Amino acid sequence: MTTVPVPAPSRTSVARGRARMRLRRGLIAWAFLVPLLVLNVLVVLGPSIATVYYSFTDWSGIGPANFIGLDNYVNAVKDPAVRDALLHNAIWFVLFLSVPMALGLLGAYLLSQVKRFAMVFRVLYFIPYVTASVVNAALWKMLLSPDSGIGHYLGTHHAWLGDTATSLYSVNFVVDWHWWGFLAVIFFAAMQSVDPQLYDAAKVDGANKWQQFKSVTLPGIRPTTIFIFLMTIIWSLKAFDYIYIMTHGGPAGSSEVISTLMYSQAFNNYSAGYAAALGMSMTVIIGIVLAVYSFLRKKGWEE
Amino acid sequence: MTAVLTRDPVSTGKQHGTRRGPRRAYHFPSYLILVVLALFAVGPMVAMLFNAFKSNSQIGASPLAPPTSLSLHNFTTAWTEGGFATTMRNSVILVVGAVIGTTIVAGLAAFALSHLNVPGGGGFIAYLFLGSAMPVQLFVVPLFSLWTQLGLTDSLFGLMVIYWATEAPFATLLLRSFLLKVPRDFVEAARLDGASDLTIARRVILPMAWPGFLTVALIVGLAAWNEFFWAITFIHDPAKRPVSTSFLAFQDQYSTDWGLTSAAALFMLIPVVLLFIALQRRFVAGLTSGGLK
Repeated sequence: MTTVPVPAPSRTSVARGRARMRLRRGLIAWAFLVPLLVLNVLVVLGPSIATVYYSFTDWSGIGPANFIGLDNYVNAVKDPAVRDALLHNAIWFVLFLSVPMALGLLGAYLLSQVKRFAMVFRVLYFIPYVTASVVNAALWKMLLSPDSGIGHYLGTHHAWLGDTATSLYSVNFVVDWHWWGFLAVIFFAAMQSVDPQLYDAAKVDGANKWQQFKSVTLPGIRPTTIFIFLMTIIWSLKAFDYIYIMTHGGPAGSSEVISTLMYSQAFNNYSAGYAAALGMSMTVIIGIVLAVYSFLRKKGWEE
Repeated sequence: MTAVLTRDPVSTGKQHGTRRGPRRAYHFPSYLILVVLALFAVGPMVAMLFNAFKSNSQIGASPLAPPTSLSLHNFTTAWTEGGFATTMRNSVILVVGAVIGTTIVAGLAAFALSHLNVPGGGGFIAYLFLGSAMPVQLFVVPLFSLWTQLGLTDSLFGLMVIYWATEAPFATLLLRSFLLKVPRDFVEAARLDGASDLTIARRVILPMAWPGFLTVALIVGLAAWNEFFWAITFIHDPAKRPVSTSFLAFQDQYSTDWGLTSAAALFMLIPVVLLFIALQRRFVAGLTSGGLK
């Protein structure tokens, strides 16, 4: 406001004051993050770093741990139980990707086609997803039991969960059942943002419903589909609750996946060091998937 | 990373009806398939509802048929045998504690990450994203050991702290997306009036972003009510169990009595379904934005 030039010393002190001010503001801003940071370090980050260390030891879960180098990892690679579990994870991934995705896309597409009751259907499809895993599991244990439910009606009396040939597929079916409605709602939301003029143009070109779906809807929701695809890899690797509740990984390991195997190694076999190595391996695979995803996003593969 | 999912499916859904016009009047095949899918989704739940009113011999004779009378016998027996008075109380404590704690912790963090210039804030947000994608198998065992040493196993508070820590990253990211919609001018105006950051958070942000807080509260509450993994790992004392794990124990004990377990399952299910139907738009908007979880 004044035309008198400000003397040099005062200018640097102003700058210094501003720097101090900025530092103060930065510290205040970080102070708001302190509760979250403390909780995260205590519950997640600290124990995660401990897992890195314990994966190189023979720790039992309590007491001292001896450093044994890469033994746990070498044993994991040789362990037939790990190989079987990973194979089950792979089967799980294929089913968990295809079945809920197909049902979800079908439901979402039909929802986007109708004008009335779409919201009612959306609510009904979503209910299994908001229901507790223990409740859904109990419900399907009842329906899949040999003496009541569906088996009774069909007269097959097959023990779906008790047979080594069907246990993994049966649990996976239950998980698909509770999951597809969630995907339907996500795809439905994505389909709302597809430009309606594209449909009109396709219709002018004489495209039928299936052709419209294939060449307008699917390309329009591509980012969502890619996201779900990559997340499904991660979700499949993390699969735990329903398997633990419905079969405990059995019978005879027929539905064992990597996370249930890791859990029983840690809490039933007292091989916490070995379990830590399995947990580390899972994390590395998930890390790779996330890295690939962010790489693809940067490349603009989604567009 | 969740950007593709954060579109609000509700507000976009509303425009839909007017957009495509009344040209396609006949939707019978679409509705038929939609109804079949709806039966697939909720039909099994209806069967469970039926069985809760039937005796075991009635279920044995016709497992999927509607009940012939509305006997509440299964409900009263399940309530007392399953100790639901205790476990419901435990779960309510957990839900309320998890909601309050997570909303405060996440609210403070989300405020800083949306309206204060946090140096390195971008990296912190990336860390939150990454952290919520990591498997719990990465930290469960040392955490159990730590919690045992601190005397926090078999404790509702100990479990609650885990819920705060595991729910807060997701809650922070979701809340941040709501808080970003509060105009910066409001915050600046309050600051010029001499309000401290905490006052701004309480007096300006909270009243303006309450729908976001409600959404986060609903999702954290639902997660705490349904939660299974942490509860089964950290709570072994039957008197401290929440409904999820006590229901599982109950079901294992009465594994052949489907009427009883159906009634018990409904205790857990009905509050959720009623709340969900009442507030479904908020639930759906929040849950579909949390695709990374």
